[in-house]
Amino acid sequence: MNSYPTTWRRPPQIVTDRRWRIALSVAVIAYLVIGLGSVELNWQRIVQGGERGLRFINGFLQPDFTSRWKDISNGLIESLTMTLTSTVVGVAISVPIGIGAARNIAPAWVYYICRSIIAVSRALQEVIVAIFLVAMFGFGPFAGFLTLSFATIGFIAKLLAEDIEDIDEAQAEAIRATGASWLQLVHYGVQPQVMPRLIGLSLYRLDINFRESAVIGIVGAGGIGATLNTAIDRYEYDSAGAILLVIIAIVMVAEYSSSYLRKFLQ
Amino acid sequence: MLTLTDLTKTYRSGDKALAEVSLTVPKGQVVGLIGPSGAGKSTLIRCINRLVEPTSGKIILSGTELSGLGTRALRRERRRIGMIFQEYALVERLTVMENVLSGRLGYVSFWQSFTRRFPPADIERAYRLLDRVGLMEHADKRADALSGGQRQRVGIARALSQEPELLLVDEPTASLDPKTSRQIMRLLIEICDERGLPAIVNIHDVPLAQQFMQRIIGLRAGRVVFDGTPEQLTESVLTTIYGAEDWTAMRKDGEADRVAEAEAVARLAMISA
Repeated sequence: MNSYPTTWRRPPQIVTDRRWRIALSVAVIAYLVIGLGSVELNWQRIVQGGERGLRFINGFLQPDFTSRWKDISNGLIESLTMTLTSTVVGVAISVPIGIGAARNIAPAWVYYICRSIIAVSRALQEVIVAIFLVAMFGFGPFAGFLTLSFATIGFIAKLLAEDIEDIDEAQAEAIRATGASWLQLVHYGVQPQVMPRLIGLSLYRLDINFRESAVIGIVGAGGIGATLNTAIDRYEYDSAGAILLVIIAIVMVAEYSSSYLRKFLQ
Repeated sequence: MLTLTDLTKTYRSGDKALAEVSLTVPKGQVVGLIGPSGAGKSTLIRCINRLVEPTSGKIILSGTELSGLGTRALRRERRRIGMIFQEYALVERLTVMENVLSGRLGYVSFWQSFTRRFPPADIERAYRLLDRVGLMEHADKRADALSGGQRQRVGIARALSQEPELLLVDEPTASLDPKTSRQIMRLLIEICDERGLPAIVNIHDVPLAQQFMQRIIGLRAGRVVFDGTPEQLTESVLTTIYGAEDWTAMRKDGEADRVAEAEAVARLAMISA
């Protein structure tokens, strides 16, 4: 008669040596303690900040839409225009780059070029690009439009390329077997498979771009962000509160309608 | 007529999928290609239209050598070779009609195919083929709305819309039930007869191959180990192709399928009477 063990423990998956595991845990905890110790807590400043925060919250509770309405509505229109144009232009540029960055349908040299364009676009955060472009083209929505288009390329092209790499190869092979050219292969064998996702991603990017337009406005790229920045600089927290509420409302509407549309498209 | 001479394919990993395969398929002949998984059946038919690039050897289709053609010339030659796939390989989100018309892609310009403005003759042919495979009323449905058997019929119509001189058929019935499998095989054979079309059919169902094929080629480890009529496919031959196994049991299974099919037909006749 065989006797089998009655206890079982899941074997460690990542670091298999027990001594290494202990050493690593000790190191991480020590670093955390030292790190927390180096954060200078200044209670006086926290209290002052609280007071200012209260003024802020008071502003939110009594948002003032009327006295700066003209600035707010101009900023909004600028932001919405910037959002729509940059999404359309960005997606239009992303499609060929995304196709080029899909390993299964693009030759190696095209693949590397397109992947590096995507890497550059993704490496540079919107705010940094905006600061640079504002310095180049001056304040205003044009710099914002360029920033958002540039950021859209990294986002859409990368996700589109990944989707193309995940297609059902059999369908593409069948199209190739008919004697179709490369363009026909992309249009008949690939596009129908990735279209729902491309539309979904574009709608998603549309609401990201709107949110980003508020952020990059703060560094001078026009739109509602610029209006918000001005309001805060003038200590007009009631107008700032109104602007934030408008942004939140629009983002929620965009979020809700784009998720509805995406569901509808599946 | 298709002639293969010393066709060899060695994959980059060093696996020899095909070793000096030579064979000739005359006009109108339907050849069944049998062999265990990994014997190179799929590689062989994909080498013929060069979806897989052969390492060496010659492929000659009615006088034209396909090996060594440039991209453009290869595309022109692929139009003459219709292909039917295991899991149908229809473009799922396109309509049945678009799938059938995609067989014409090699004949029309990109712009024509992009705007779906195919020549009237192509559209007429597509409708005629859909009618032939019994899917006339499904023309505007999306391909993923059809059942397995119906999808494979669309696959057949797509291949035929190329007006091919040769059909390559890769496991046409692998994902179908026994009854639908026989219907599809029967349809394929009828169509090849009507048009005098030669075909190479990869098939792993030996009884099905024996029932429908005029000639059977057995492949083992990339080599042709049998080439003859279905009658010549004896137990000892099957053992050389597949290795030892109880072949009598397998034939009985095939027999059971046929009995079940006959019963189903009888029952249907009773219901409709």
